[in-house]
Amino acid sequence: MKINIKHVAKLANLTLTKEEEKRFEKQLEVTLDTINKLNEVNTDNTEITSQVTGLENVMDDDIPQPSLSQKKALANAKNTYNGLFVVKAILEE
Amino acid sequence: MIYKLTIKKAKEWLANKEFSSAELTKACLDRIKETDETLRAFVTITEAHALEDARRADELIANGDDKPLLGIPFVIKDNFSTVGVQTSASSNVLRGYVPPFDATVVAKLKEAGMVMLGKTNMDAFAHGSSTETSDFGTTKNPWNPEFLPGGSSGGTGASVAADQAIAGIGSETAGSIRQPAAWCGIVGLKPTYGRVSRYGVVAMASSTDSPGPMTKIVEDSALVLNVLAGKDPHDATSSPKPTKDYTKGLNKSIKGRKIGISAKYIEGIEKDVLKAFEEARRVFEKLGASVVDIADLGIDILDPQYSIGVYTILQRAEVSSNLARFDGIRYGNDRSAFGDEAKRRIMLGTYTLSAGYYDAFYKKALKVRTIIVNEFHKMFEEVDAFIAPTSPSPAMPLGSSKNHPMFGEMADVLVEPSSIAGLPGINVPAGFSSNKLPIGLQVMGTQFAEDTILNLAHEFEANTEWHLRKPEL
Repeated sequence: MKINIKHVAKLANLTLTKEEEKRFEKQLEVTLDTINKLNEVNTDNTEITSQVTGLENVMDDDIPQPSLSQKKALANAKNTYNGLFVVKAILEE
Repeated sequence: MIYKLTIKKAKEWLANKEFSSAELTKACLDRIKETDETLRAFVTITEAHALEDARRADELIANGDDKPLLGIPFVIKDNFSTVGVQTSASSNVLRGYVPPFDATVVAKLKEAGMVMLGKTNMDAFAHGSSTETSDFGTTKNPWNPEFLPGGSSGGTGASVAADQAIAGIGSETAGSIRQPAAWCGIVGLKPTYGRVSRYGVVAMASSTDSPGPMTKIVEDSALVLNVLAGKDPHDATSSPKPTKDYTKGLNKSIKGRKIGISAKYIEGIEKDVLKAFEEARRVFEKLGASVVDIADLGIDILDPQYSIGVYTILQRAEVSSNLARFDGIRYGNDRSAFGDEAKRRIMLGTYTLSAGYYDAFYKKALKVRTIIVNEFHKMFEEVDAFIAPTSPSPAMPLGSSKNHPMFGEMADVLVEPSSIAGLPGINVPAGFSSNKLPIGLQVMGTQFAEDTILNLAHEFEANTEWHLRKPEL
């Protein structure tokens, strides 16, 4: 099974070297062959299971509680400005 | 040698003033210094914190306080958020990250009086079954440092087995508690999904992640589960079902209990493991339980090989989503710091969730998951528990996982089905291989049947001596 490694890396927001592209492509194809074994199982009349707890629409009491202070929230950021996180520009002039 | 004690014994001795928590903590810290250059079980040793925790515990003990884990030295896997102490999940992405809050598990342990010795090594982001994907070096197996401790909770497994701590905490998505417990020769309990809060645990696969205890004896796991279990408002998937006192009923006779096995389930496991499993089966029979092949009850189960497919798809998909948050902006380092295994998993998950492949892979896996859940459901209408070896082999040599993209799945083939179904399971030491490495037995139960599997595991332990053997270090 073939996998378009460049496209997938872009979707995943990962930058790969040429060597990594080649290596991962091969390794991921091995994994895909293993998981393709699932096609041997008949699931025509089977519903999906996305959770096993049986819990649905869990609601929390709407009580305001203290959250992290601005100082604590910023403490692990490498780049801050005026008490805010600095992010890459997504729109440029 | 007080570092060799179990929680149960250490509590008694602390209560009788045989020694103080400060002395016990110091003994563990000395043991760590003596052995960790070889084992590399730790990412961070929190000596000053530990001595301060112990001093406070001793004050409380002097005042007659009897918190359940008061003054007991623990090690915590490095994917549990610990306020003020680096939580790296053994990854370069989170190297240097210091959480501003405690995971619920950590908060509960602190409330119960534990002393934290440090944070243990693991596969980076828990991606693996060897600790070889750690960005902080590989942990070694205390029984033979040429071998792997298993993983992902390999640091906790090695540390508890080497008596660096009285007990430890791990987390399991599919095998990460039970398999390192088996390879290191200790007890490891993976609770029912939702029994213990995931809040503050660096997420791997949110639909199966389950924190749990790794201890020297079964009773200790029950003691720790008493502290950890319960609904947490910070984790909406934690269960509101009432908890129990899991230490009650450990000694109950297992006479008349019906235990399932399956020849089909364990096809292809190693000879030494099969031999230990056959002996384990006879122990249960001698205690009056009836052990039956579920095929003879008319119950068919899927080859566990299919669980590898289901687990691989679901886990990679959840990983790709959970690890999307790491951008190096608010905390941690940017995405170029991911190791090979994380990159592979993120990419496979991204691929199986992408347009055109979602139905063929992700949805297909969710459907086969239903079949697995239903099969277990049917099985547990007929039997009280299901037993199997924990791992198809004893510990494998260092280097075994390198360049095997499916290493973990093969090592975890016998635990993945129950993890997919969210069921509880416990590993107990059950023998040794010809090359003197531990072999583990697992007891699996239906949802929230922690009391049943703890009882069976405890009675097995009480009638065998495997748990008494210690590695020479």
